[in-house]
Amino acid sequence: MAIPTAVKVTPPRIEPFDVQRLRKDFPILQTRINGKPLVYLDNAATSQKPQAVIDSLVNYYRHENANVHRGLHYLSERATKAYEEARRKVRAFLNAKEEKEIVFVRGATEAINLVAHSFGRHFLKTGDEVLITGMEHHANIVPWQMLRDEKGIVLRVVPIDDAGELLTGEFQRLLNERTKLVSLTHVSNALGTVNPVRNLVALAHRQGIPVLVDGAQAVPHMEVDVQSLDCDFYMFSGHKVYGPTGIGVLYGKASLLEEMPPFQGGGEMIRSVTFEKTLFADPPLRFEAGTPDIAGAVGLGAALDYLTGIGRDRVAAYERELLGCATEALEGIPGLRLIGTAREKSGILSFVLEGVHPHDLGTVLDQEGIAIRAGHHCAMPVMQRFGVPATARASLAFYNTFEEIDRLIWGIIKADRMLS
Amino acid sequence: MADLRDLYQQVILDHSRKPRNAQKPKKANRLSEGYNPLCGDQIHLYLELDGEVIRDIGFEGAGCAISKASASMMTASVIGKTRGEALSLFQEFHDLVTGENGNSPSPSDLGKLAAFSGVTEFPVRVKCATLAWHTLRAALEGKGMAISTE
Repeated sequence: MAIPTAVKVTPPRIEPFDVQRLRKDFPILQTRINGKPLVYLDNAATSQKPQAVIDSLVNYYRHENANVHRGLHYLSERATKAYEEARRKVRAFLNAKEEKEIVFVRGATEAINLVAHSFGRHFLKTGDEVLITGMEHHANIVPWQMLRDEKGIVLRVVPIDDAGELLTGEFQRLLNERTKLVSLTHVSNALGTVNPVRNLVALAHRQGIPVLVDGAQAVPHMEVDVQSLDCDFYMFSGHKVYGPTGIGVLYGKASLLEEMPPFQGGGEMIRSVTFEKTLFADPPLRFEAGTPDIAGAVGLGAALDYLTGIGRDRVAAYERELLGCATEALEGIPGLRLIGTAREKSGILSFVLEGVHPHDLGTVLDQEGIAIRAGHHCAMPVMQRFGVPATARASLAFYNTFEEIDRLIWGIIKADRMLS
Repeated sequence: MADLRDLYQQVILDHSRKPRNAQKPKKANRLSEGYNPLCGDQIHLYLELDGEVIRDIGFEGAGCAISKASASMMTASVIGKTRGEALSLFQEFHDLVTGENGNSPSPSDLGKLAAFSGVTEFPVRVKCATLAWHTLRAALEGKGMAISTE
């Protein structure tokens, strides 16, 4: 039988990852430092912003600015629309079931504090256990210690191995009938380890224990689907995902958020107030007291549009190649020890160089226009686990190039020659 | 443009590689701990104070080249000095590395410590250069811990 000529099979179009074209979207990447082009490798601290995000902030303040959820006037309606549109974008980005599960906060730190305050103080009692891991950022340690000191809960820590991987056997062993919450990071900011969150959530759920996942280092680099993970809380910071500072997201399952008391009191979070009694609003507004960072939310929406426009799968694939190349090159430097060599890793390269303190390395690289982080990365227990006071950390984004990895390597070799 | 060779002068590199007085003096009677939470640098400073005079001094700790060299050179420069002399030397050193007070002291006052003049061009490193000195001041002003000599 002859194939009708009208039917044509078109092969799927796979666009190459044009990093040079994407770099043009980020004006700050044109910066020169000491006459040398900036090599920005501090993306785990904060990411740079594309023009689309910068424009969205200007546009909001130029054309839409008013307070939200209150005014009857034109601009208030526009601002409210823009703010709630951003919430819709976040819902789609995380594939949350409902918009009311998306609470705008200042960042991942505030989101964890919100859960510790509202969920923790309300539902946890003396002797109850919160299980965290040995690779947490201080933001997922300190709020629980504060709750421990206030409520007498017990904080337990799942240890990690020499590669920086979570000991899942220990995780299972530590789960017990007193465990009332598991709170763990999706991706370690100091080690790059990607935790098998879906499996860990399933293990905790088997015993009816809710799970909080800190996604600050995951969301910029991979697809995150909160329904597929089935976690109970998830949070991230806007500024690490190419959005503005001062805005972040708490995702919480509706069933949990509905049962939780407010975090802060004030305007916006109420249904009615008399001096005798206040009725609180439903989620998400119950947790958004005061005028929110409206422009920040709008900017975050623009950032998520930008990232999904490129494609998170393509970003992840490209960053994986960069990471592989950088890992191999760093391992080739004599005296260099990578801290964090998990099998599943995101683009974070923490390392120490024999005879050269990370601080000195950071200064030498800075003179070359290369921005890295040197220090404990707000993860002092991780540093203690690996017996180092600090590490140097290069962290990748999709706008980094293979040439930039070369420059990093040469910078390290220069520092080594000069200082060791 | 700031030059790395101004920061990492040979004498500084020498002291960071082979720090002097990097041990606890036998007759130490005072301990002070310095810590920079920003970068994790820490120093334990031990003094043998004899009335007003620093008879002996030594340190233990971990830190960058600048903080190690500074601790080493600080200890070498205050041995035998009185409390008052050491504190005024700190003031001069502080002015040197921060570039404060405009009239930076003449290098002859500071001797080898003048090698730290390059730090002014690297403001984030001022804390590295002054950690050992702040720790010394805490010890001299009685904020450190007394060590039992038993």
